[in-house]
Amino acid sequence: MTTMTTTKTATTVLDANGVTMRFGGLTAVRNVDLTVNTGEIVGLIGPNGAGKTTFFNCLTGLYVPTEGKVSYKGTVLPPKPHLVTQAGIARTFQNIRLFANMTVLENVLVGRHTRTKEGLWSALLRLPGFTKAENASRERAMELLDFIGLADKADHLARNLPYGDQRKLEIARALASDPGLLLLDEPTAGMNPQETRVTEELIFAIRDQGIAVLVIEHDMRFIFNLCDRVACLVQGEKLVEGTATEVQSDERVVAAYLGTPFEGAPGAEEAVEVEAAEADAAKTATTSTEEEDTR
Amino acid sequence: MTTNHTTTPGPAVLPIPAAAARIGTVAGSVVALAGTFLAWTWTDEFPGDLTVTGYPGGLQVLTLIAAALTLLLTLSGYGIRGLGWLTPGGTNSPVRLLALGTLGTTGYTIGAIAYDLGGAVNLEPGAWVSGIGALIATVAALGLPGDQPLDRTETTAWQRFRNSLGAPQAPRAKALPSWAEILIIVAAFGIGLYVFAYGIDTDYTELFIGFLITVGFAFTALHRAGLVSRLTALTAKHRNITLTAALVAAVCFPFTQQKEEYALIGANILIFGTVALGLNVVVGLAGLLDLGYVAFLGVGAYAAALVSGSTMSAIGVEFPFWAAVLTGAGASLVFGVLIGAPTLRLRGDYLAIVTLGFGEIFRLTVNNLNGNSGPDLTNGSQGIPSIPDLNFFGFDFGLKHNILGFDLGRSANYYLLMLVFTAVVVLVFRRSGESRIGRAWVAIREDETAATAMGINAFRLKLLAFALGATLAGLAGTVQAHVNYTVTPEQYQFAGSVPPNSAFLLAAVILGGMGTLSGPLVGAALLYLIPAKLQFMQDYQLFLFGIALILLMRLRPEGLVADRRKQLEFHENDQPGVPEPRQSEETGTGIAKAGA
Repeated sequence: MTTMTTTKTATTVLDANGVTMRFGGLTAVRNVDLTVNTGEIVGLIGPNGAGKTTFFNCLTGLYVPTEGKVSYKGTVLPPKPHLVTQAGIARTFQNIRLFANMTVLENVLVGRHTRTKEGLWSALLRLPGFTKAENASRERAMELLDFIGLADKADHLARNLPYGDQRKLEIARALASDPGLLLLDEPTAGMNPQETRVTEELIFAIRDQGIAVLVIEHDMRFIFNLCDRVACLVQGEKLVEGTATEVQSDERVVAAYLGTPFEGAPGAEEAVEVEAAEADAAKTATTSTEEEDTR
Repeated sequence: MTTNHTTTPGPAVLPIPAAAARIGTVAGSVVALAGTFLAWTWTDEFPGDLTVTGYPGGLQVLTLIAAALTLLLTLSGYGIRGLGWLTPGGTNSPVRLLALGTLGTTGYTIGAIAYDLGGAVNLEPGAWVSGIGALIATVAALGLPGDQPLDRTETTAWQRFRNSLGAPQAPRAKALPSWAEILIIVAAFGIGLYVFAYGIDTDYTELFIGFLITVGFAFTALHRAGLVSRLTALTAKHRNITLTAALVAAVCFPFTQQKEEYALIGANILIFGTVALGLNVVVGLAGLLDLGYVAFLGVGAYAAALVSGSTMSAIGVEFPFWAAVLTGAGASLVFGVLIGAPTLRLRGDYLAIVTLGFGEIFRLTVNNLNGNSGPDLTNGSQGIPSIPDLNFFGFDFGLKHNILGFDLGRSANYYLLMLVFTAVVVLVFRRSGESRIGRAWVAIREDETAATAMGINAFRLKLLAFALGATLAGLAGTVQAHVNYTVTPEQYQFAGSVPPNSAFLLAAVILGGMGTLSGPLVGAALLYLIPAKLQFMQDYQLFLFGIALILLMRLRPEGLVADRRKQLEFHENDQPGVPEPRQSEETGTGIAKAGA
């Protein structure tokens, strides 16, 4: 799937420059630079608590970065979420935040909010433009639902969708604002391998529409299949950035995820000892650690 | 038997053979019905004059209606042709409910006669005949099989009883020609108007309580029979016709009222309902809990009173009514924005408490602008009295007019004027709710953070909802000032004994159903009518009101008129086709992510 290489038209969509976010004494994100170019899928990885979501929130205006600036297609973004969306950056959330008690179609229509202008007067007096704009929105929303394959569930309540469909709907809702850059926060969290593969294809399709994608994910196979470039955040700092293979083979990344080996190689006796202990613990521990990993 | 539903019948409460139970129900309801034609008491001291044989009156009529309905639905249970449409949902549970209703009404009447006149000795045989008939019908109805299965082997009587009152959903109705559907809607509104007018017309407390018992049981029975959901489906299909029919029914109401005080109740219900609907924009759509909403009604009323030409007004001007309306609405709008701008930065409970504070600030300020503690503007606690009646092109609202042979008094005139405002507010609510703005409001209510991330300027839209709600309340306030002749600060408190206050407004919205159009109107009608009719429990009003709210939240949290969304939200598990919470994916995750 990684055969498609980016054609370097080199127009920068997103340019985050020295973004730092401090909460009191805690520096969650420290001096991170990241650029995303048109037609690119960029991955952001890092162990839990590395500051990936905080960085996302800085990009989308939910947090105001303590230092640094974020610009979209050359203009510095204002620190207000709705203005960021209006500028052309749309996002999804790590824990699904759909409008649970609205229908699937309504969810997508809400996503159209910034691209429509019809105000209260227009709605109250049903001015001529109103019906036209409303129909156009509906049409576009149905197109998007078609695109993600939920058109037949347009009248269901969002809360009643199966989990995988909810994730997809969140993407459709984000796409409804006609973004130039899509930020996906763990789009495959909680999905089975099959659903993950479908999501992968969906993201490629989105890229093919000319929308740049920045994606946070823990599923390494997914990330390395998908992304043209991968950046790794560790403890708020960008450790390394490069192609999938570069990042994969970087010692520091491995160390960040698995921990560094002991000072000096362990002797043969110790190795046997550790192996025995591991085999013992494996039976009981595997299930719980796996679950922890996915959180 | 109706064959509409294929579910196996549930257990009966009492072990009586089904055939015998059905015969017993028929016989009992016939006896109860016959009893209403006999005298129930010997003296006309008991209100309603139940002494006449052969001509039911007062509470007897209610028993008669309840017994007749019981009989009708029982016969429908026999599968008699032409009656099957009465019970598309449950067949036996409505019969049980109606039999209970008959017993309740009759029993209440017997009790009331004995209590009022001092002893059961005052009862004539007719009362006993009806009472025993109702009892037989009830006992027999409890022997009818349940409409829905009870999937437990060991059942207590209480479980069986509860189950026996439930019924499955009615299947989708066959499509009728649209003229027939429209006719049904019109007939339903006609019946609705009649029942409502009857309730307002009740002259004495006993009749009103009997009315409540009968209507309560009958409505629940029709709901279980599936007729209510059928009607709702029709009204949803023909929305404009429904709105028109509702409007026509509302216009007809003052023509059914001969007494001035009852027309006044109608006008006050409309004011209350309109303000509640305005509050529904704020609470139901945008999800902003506003506990000081009545202040905006007050602002509108005071603004209208000040420019009404009242001799006690500090501003000695008299605006024409349209200008007064604009002034009132404009003043409320300004106050809405002024109060909203700082408070809407808060969320949830904090917002509720701050709005509660602002509501009280309004009342206290108005109290103090009396020339003593502050500038003389509102005449302090005296309020602004003697607000003159309106006069449109020589049509004096204070006088009695004869229209089409009906005498319409002052209250009826104001009722019709208020109806115009209600129609405007209904239109505003509906149109704003079904637009980009309305969707944004609901999105903010659902998840404000996600809404802003979707490009919604949450603060601006919340302020818009707040200001719109305030303006609508201000509109109603301008009429209210004229209806009541006078405005005083005490009318606009958080909780009081006279309905349009913040607590009652909120209760009307919640009781009726948040986010719906008809909900707040129904809620307001009930919350106004019941205290107005049951004067004897004035002292316990807030207490009973609290109990009613607790019961409602326990039994029907979505309100009387359920929003489609709310219905799904609170009764998710009852809905067919709702997927179980995904367990498999959760466990699947661990495997998928093992390499992460």
